[in-house]
Amino acid sequence: MASESIPLTLHKNPLSVVYEWLATVDHKKIGIMYIVYALLFLVVMGIEAILMRIQLAHANSTFLSPQVFDRLFTLHGTTGIFFVAMPILFGFGNYLVPLMIGARDMAFPRLNAFSFWMTALGGLILYGSVFAGGPLSQAGSAPDVGWFAYAPLTSPAFSPGHSTDYWTLSLLVAGVGSIGAAVNFVATILAMRCEGMTLGRMPLFSWMNLVMGGLVLVTISPLTAAQIMLMVDRYIGGHFFDTDAGGSVVMWMHFFWIFGHPEVYVLIIPCFGFVSEIIPVFSRKAMFGYPAMVAATVSIGFVSLGVWAHHMFTVGMPSYGNAFFVLTTMVVAVPTGIKIFNWLATMWGGKIRFATPMLFCIAFLFQFLIGGLTGIMLATAPFDWQLGNSYFVVAHFHYIIVGGILFTIFAAFYYWYPKMTGRMLDETLGKWHFWLFVIGFHLTFDFMHVPGLLGMPRRVYTYEANRGWQSWNMISSIGAAVQAIAILIFVYNMVQSYFKGAPAGNDPWDAWTLEWATTSPPPDYNFAMVPAVQSRRPLWDIKHPEDPDWKYE
Amino acid sequence: MRKKTVRSWLGFSALILAAIFSAAGAAFADSRSPDLSPTNIFAPDSTPAHSIFRVSMFGLEVEGAIFVVVFSLLAYAVVKFRQRKGDDDVEPAQVYGSNQMELAWTVLPVLIVVVLFLSTAQVIHRVQDAKRPDDAIQVTVTAHQFWWEYSYPQYDFVASNELHVPVSDPQHPTPTYLALLSADVDHSFWVPRLAGKTDLIPNHPNSMWIDPQETGLFLGQCAQYCGVQHAKMLLRVYVQSRPDFDRWVHEQQQPAVSDPSVAAGRAMFQAKLCFICHTIRGTPAAGKVGPDLTHLMSRDTIGSGSVPNTPENLRKWIRNPGTFKPGSLMPPQDLTDQELDQIAAYLETLR
Repeated sequence: MASESIPLTLHKNPLSVVYEWLATVDHKKIGIMYIVYALLFLVVMGIEAILMRIQLAHANSTFLSPQVFDRLFTLHGTTGIFFVAMPILFGFGNYLVPLMIGARDMAFPRLNAFSFWMTALGGLILYGSVFAGGPLSQAGSAPDVGWFAYAPLTSPAFSPGHSTDYWTLSLLVAGVGSIGAAVNFVATILAMRCEGMTLGRMPLFSWMNLVMGGLVLVTISPLTAAQIMLMVDRYIGGHFFDTDAGGSVVMWMHFFWIFGHPEVYVLIIPCFGFVSEIIPVFSRKAMFGYPAMVAATVSIGFVSLGVWAHHMFTVGMPSYGNAFFVLTTMVVAVPTGIKIFNWLATMWGGKIRFATPMLFCIAFLFQFLIGGLTGIMLATAPFDWQLGNSYFVVAHFHYIIVGGILFTIFAAFYYWYPKMTGRMLDETLGKWHFWLFVIGFHLTFDFMHVPGLLGMPRRVYTYEANRGWQSWNMISSIGAAVQAIAILIFVYNMVQSYFKGAPAGNDPWDAWTLEWATTSPPPDYNFAMVPAVQSRRPLWDIKHPEDPDWKYE
Repeated sequence: MRKKTVRSWLGFSALILAAIFSAAGAAFADSRSPDLSPTNIFAPDSTPAHSIFRVSMFGLEVEGAIFVVVFSLLAYAVVKFRQRKGDDDVEPAQVYGSNQMELAWTVLPVLIVVVLFLSTAQVIHRVQDAKRPDDAIQVTVTAHQFWWEYSYPQYDFVASNELHVPVSDPQHPTPTYLALLSADVDHSFWVPRLAGKTDLIPNHPNSMWIDPQETGLFLGQCAQYCGVQHAKMLLRVYVQSRPDFDRWVHEQQQPAVSDPSVAAGRAMFQAKLCFICHTIRGTPAAGKVGPDLTHLMSRDTIGSGSVPNTPENLRKWIRNPGTFKPGSLMPPQDLTDQELDQIAAYLETLR
């Protein structure tokens, strides 16, 4: 076990540092680049959200024109999924998976770098659209077709110019990056575990990335196929989605949602991994029901491929078609619930320490429970006939994406920042960030359910004053401001702690997985000697030689 | 000292929770009121909306129970199993799992899913597969960017933007069946108090039905993003007594009023090419791009419900629809004040 690192690069010349990062194939540097890239876009999409919330705070507001508002919600959704959530999770996965499985790097380091740069290019293409419109060139402004870009709104007749093409191309390019990253995860996890680490002994975070990788490989293809068909329609005379020529716009919906639903599981599954690493450590107990957690995750992966048309309950599928998707959607809730119970059982009988990572995970449990239950409501198709495409759905998915995914990402930051930088994040600032964000989150998204129940559809740049929606919208907008302050505190914490944070040492949390067995930050080669493990918690075995895990597993 | 702090903290939280739940209960008691909002899904007034309401309430009870149970466990765990100050560093007992528990919390959710699924499937079938009675009113709804066209094939006329249907007696229902078509992109017809929404998709005809049980005006709007003025594609459903409905039908079936005092305006309507997009039955104007104006003055609103139908608004609209709906497909009209006055005066006779 290495307790000192030997730096391999002795240069401090800024230009060579820049080159080192641009040309790196090291999984840790690539992981950090993914994360920093995603954080920049998190701020951008946050600004987009704040602008929209200002517009929606009052009925018939004229703060933003409808054209600008429509571009904002399109950019906000597309950015959030493809240039914040996916890169940040690929980043944490890239950084941590090789360390957790005792490997020196990912299986394909150059593919790793290539995937990152393709994803980065995708984001630049999308935002290039903001600057390319207008007098600079006549190439068209930012896309305004919504993040799922339904046909025939995307046809040349209804979206003249090139704004839709920015959407299509940026995601095509980013999709290549996602496939590369997924290939790497699957190959690394299957082939590069250290001695003694069977699949049944690797950390749950590693399992989650394996399932996520497999899901990405299956699910990106329908999106790519649909986008190619769209380009063919728009430019070389295709009629896939051209209803005047016998094409089908419902087919676009099927292709998109066959991608789109598993995609949200791609996003949440690594977050389940964060929670499965953090809750045990801060409850001081082994994860309860490891085999059940693995089985539940794999089931979720498979079943999630069969639920997509619950996004299409109002489209006019026959009754038995609707009923089928009601069933599959409810079925996928069962393994999801099993995971919640196992996390609870892990905490049960423990000695819970309320450090910031754990606070975010506890809030996750509460919010994911609620988001899951509103999901069940939406799964009952008749209820969805009312609530679908309304602000209830917007509240539901933000509950999962912000209340679930983002909260666990914050937990992951506070937990692994010490490993990545060698310094602790400030706990006081962390608690301020947590509580402000919880208050802001609940102000915005709890009350956002109400306009949906009162008939407010989504994607509206304004609304009538007589609908009774204004007070609720106002509260949601105030909550957005509170969340923004919390994020600023978080960014400040990260910057300040980088220079002035307390030194972390190898293992500041008294944890049990292999990444804590090397220095903070780890040397380029991760481990001086490749470790051998005998159980799921190799550091527990070392710290408790009288009571090692391998006696009980 | 420690125990007292915990108990007072627990007591305080219990008080807060009780306050929240009673507020929620009070709010919910009011939540079914249409006064809370004219588009409140919990104020159903038609069989599909009632069916949805009932199955949703059942689901909410189940989901509420699940929430209370799991949240209580979480809250209890967070309080009871905290590391206390002065605790030694001995790790708690390591429990790796329990097959019985895994079985229990798999089987119970599966049973809940079966119950929810069966109750849901029943309502889906009842609403979607309801057989259309022979005496149902039929309306063909064609959605446009950004207005609604209502064709009444049984009565041979076309209206725009304001849908009139007869009230239905629950003992002897007289539903209205809507065939749903689109002239351009995807739209969705959502009047929450009358039914769930159904999309209008080009080349994919859909249908839905309503049987409103009270007279009055029911509001809604397009619920599938259809472009820049999606937000202002509003719905107004006028539910009338049968005699009133029949009278309205009869009025709508008549060709346009031909008032000789506005002949100048009628000629201007042709000269300025308004007929390219608009129909006025009984005149040569037969355009299909924009709303039918034959009985424009029988409507309370213009701009698909977004603006009251007043002489001043009508003038502003004709001069530049973008005043009210920026991005509307009707372009601004290049008219002198006199031309505008003549056209508006003509339109104002089209009762």
